[in-house]
Amino acid sequence: MSGPALHLAVELDGEGAHPAAWRRAAHSPDQFFTPRRVARVAATAENAGFTLITLDDGVLPPGAAPDPVGRIGAVERAAFVAASTSTIGIAPVVPVTYAEPFHVSSQLASLDHISAGRAGWVVTEEDRPEAARAWGRPEVADAAARARESRDGVEVVRALWDSWEDDAVIRSVATSRYLDRDRLHYIDFTGETYAVKGPAIVPRPPQGQLVVLGRPDRVPAAQLDVALVEGRDLTAVATAAAAAGTPRVFAEVEVALDTPGATAAERVADLERYAPWTDRGRLRHIGSVGQLLALLDQLKDSVDGVRLHPLVLDEDLPVLSGLVLPALVERRLVARPLPGRSLRSTLGLQRPANRFAAAAAAVQEESR
Amino acid sequence: MTRTDPLDVPRPHAQLHFGVFFQGVNHWTIWSAPESGSQIDPASFRQVTQTAERGLFDAFFLGEGLRLREVDGRIHDLDVAGRPDALTQLAALAAVTRRIGLVSTSNSTFNEPADLARRLSGLDLLSEGRAGWNVVTTDNAWTGANFRRGGYLDHADRYRRAEEFLTVARALWDGWEDGAVAGSVGAPAWSAPGGVRQVRHRGTQFDVDLAPTLPRSAQGHPVIFQAGDSGEGRDFAARNADVIFSAHGNDFDDALAFAEDIRRRLRAVGRPEDDLRILPGTEIILGATEEEALEKKRWIRRQQVTPATALGIAGLLWGIDLSDRDADGPLPTEDPVVAENDGSFGARRIADPRTVVGEWRAKAEAHGWSLRETVIALGPQRGHVGTPSGLADKFARFVRHGAVDGFNVTPYLIPDGLDDIVGLLVPELQERGVYRTEYAGTTLRSHLGLREPLTHRSAPEQRQAG
Repeated sequence: MSGPALHLAVELDGEGAHPAAWRRAAHSPDQFFTPRRVARVAATAENAGFTLITLDDGVLPPGAAPDPVGRIGAVERAAFVAASTSTIGIAPVVPVTYAEPFHVSSQLASLDHISAGRAGWVVTEEDRPEAARAWGRPEVADAAARARESRDGVEVVRALWDSWEDDAVIRSVATSRYLDRDRLHYIDFTGETYAVKGPAIVPRPPQGQLVVLGRPDRVPAAQLDVALVEGRDLTAVATAAAAAGTPRVFAEVEVALDTPGATAAERVADLERYAPWTDRGRLRHIGSVGQLLALLDQLKDSVDGVRLHPLVLDEDLPVLSGLVLPALVERRLVARPLPGRSLRSTLGLQRPANRFAAAAAAVQEESR
Repeated sequence: MTRTDPLDVPRPHAQLHFGVFFQGVNHWTIWSAPESGSQIDPASFRQVTQTAERGLFDAFFLGEGLRLREVDGRIHDLDVAGRPDALTQLAALAAVTRRIGLVSTSNSTFNEPADLARRLSGLDLLSEGRAGWNVVTTDNAWTGANFRRGGYLDHADRYRRAEEFLTVARALWDGWEDGAVAGSVGAPAWSAPGGVRQVRHRGTQFDVDLAPTLPRSAQGHPVIFQAGDSGEGRDFAARNADVIFSAHGNDFDDALAFAEDIRRRLRAVGRPEDDLRILPGTEIILGATEEEALEKKRWIRRQQVTPATALGIAGLLWGIDLSDRDADGPLPTEDPVVAENDGSFGARRIADPRTVVGEWRAKAEAHGWSLRETVIALGPQRGHVGTPSGLADKFARFVRHGAVDGFNVTPYLIPDGLDDIVGLLVPELQERGVYRTEYAGTTLRSHLGLREPLTHRSAPEQRQAG
């Protein structure tokens, strides 16, 4: 593969990866919901040279008292951020366990139009019974059922993205036709629990298909562009990456870095007085910039990218931006995304052919 | 035209409010002109919104349709179509505007409160109090084919569901005490104990139990818009809405009758009669002279009503496919067929096609009109045509007599369609003292001069109007 050795993504939800991260934030808790802060964090990541921002979400509160119990929806934040940035990729988390795939497809396609092709989608599950009660829907109770909802949801969303061919808007003054209806397609999806007719109400996204990210043990590999893999050590990550079967693989890495004011270990210890840092079975780096650079250098042999989960955004992002990214760029391990590039092309992924257009072309060929 | 003495009118100090409705679907948007821009490019939305903000408009307004329109089972291909998800687009516009309200049309039938109320809250926070929700209740099975539950809702229950939806949404929007989130660094807890109330609701439409995840915005709640014109729709608006987006804004007497009907309904539910703004949708066509404006209107109508569109509109009236007829020939000789409306072409309201066709025939014969000319002259009508000063006088009269509170302008061209309204009409209105010269507040609620949200009123204020 050409291009840089590693793509760097960063998860920007909340105040950081640690549940008590807000206690070390540079601002008071009530500043969390201001547009100024949402824009500033994203601008920091863009200026640093990250390839991609992800924004976690779900219908339930992100945590429990005394920690933060609120957040603005990831799609709304992503759209806001897309309009205030120019080059970075933006991928909101949107679970389809209960959500309407038709709405999700429209929202994400719109995000891709708004960002001129910089959008992605992180597929997750809503696995707690409280989520069903919030939605007012029968619980999707077991892992197999949740996997089914994700699979069907992604299938519908992707089919709807293809339901308009790229050139469906023809503006034919001679025939008075704005659309060529032959280039619009009913998707006629019928799954086990619901059916969706189509076509979409939003024209095909600029990227054709947004970059879809997810866990390969939850979403079929064939539906993913980027697998997000976990493992406590390099070997486990390499094994998971080798088994992923997706065009690209990103490793999940939690980071706490030494800062001018305190070492990483001190900062973690400070927060651990209040709450434990949830163990998700991910690689975790607590230490110096140099050690992180060494870790990333090793990771490049088994994955295409890394998604960083900083301990405290206000403390770790400045270090990532000021020391880590510049060093990686200098070593040509990482490349800054170029203006005007789609997220797909930054990741070296092809713009996919439209499934319906391809089918129509095949029929035409056959009847010749 | 003689000017009315501004003080000898029912509402001498009334102010006109403008919204702009980016339609994105239907034949009123001209796509065939060289200056017609993209219906999906974010630059189009940014330009219209920023132009409206320069013109001190109250709100920018996006519509929604959850299925592409069809005629006789085939996708309607003559009009603009293909638009962004309203809330997502508005969240982006929040980043590039400072004052203008951002109103999303969102369906109460094919959404759930946990999701939609939260999305609206998010927009309200990202815009610092500029969000609005135009509640629509489309319920047909044809639209339902795109959703998990299909066409599950009886038409008769659509407002029941909408009202219960609003009840749950308001409980979610009120779920956080003001000041619930700590205001200082080093606070012992992120939010005050008991500052967030769980919302439990069990009704005929919803059975939910959830924790609201967002605080109130600078305007308390998103502003509620409503557009239904039936008696049921008007009652729903009188009980729930802050703004009505009506279809009664062309004719002064019709507008006044509608406004008085709404005020009657407001009093009946114990709300002050100035508690709700009435903003009819309208097209505004300006010219330097009356003749120039009329000439422009003729051009616009011919762009909007192409031969194929004329046949389409007549086909809807006749209830038969006329697409193979000659639009420049005479009217069809057949009698109209009264067809059932499955919703596939929006809410058609032709109560008695036979009578309408009879009228069309009589007028076409009298004037020697072709089918297309008849559709242009007698088909769906809307809008005001005139000079900036003439229309400013007219609008001042409308608003000072309480016939409207303003207009929701539907530009016939995207993205330049507001330029002459902002550049020429707004200054004339300002000169007459019926239009703001700057935004006084920062929220949509304050632009519209609305009271605080309905659930925040103290009991005496509620009673006062009764």
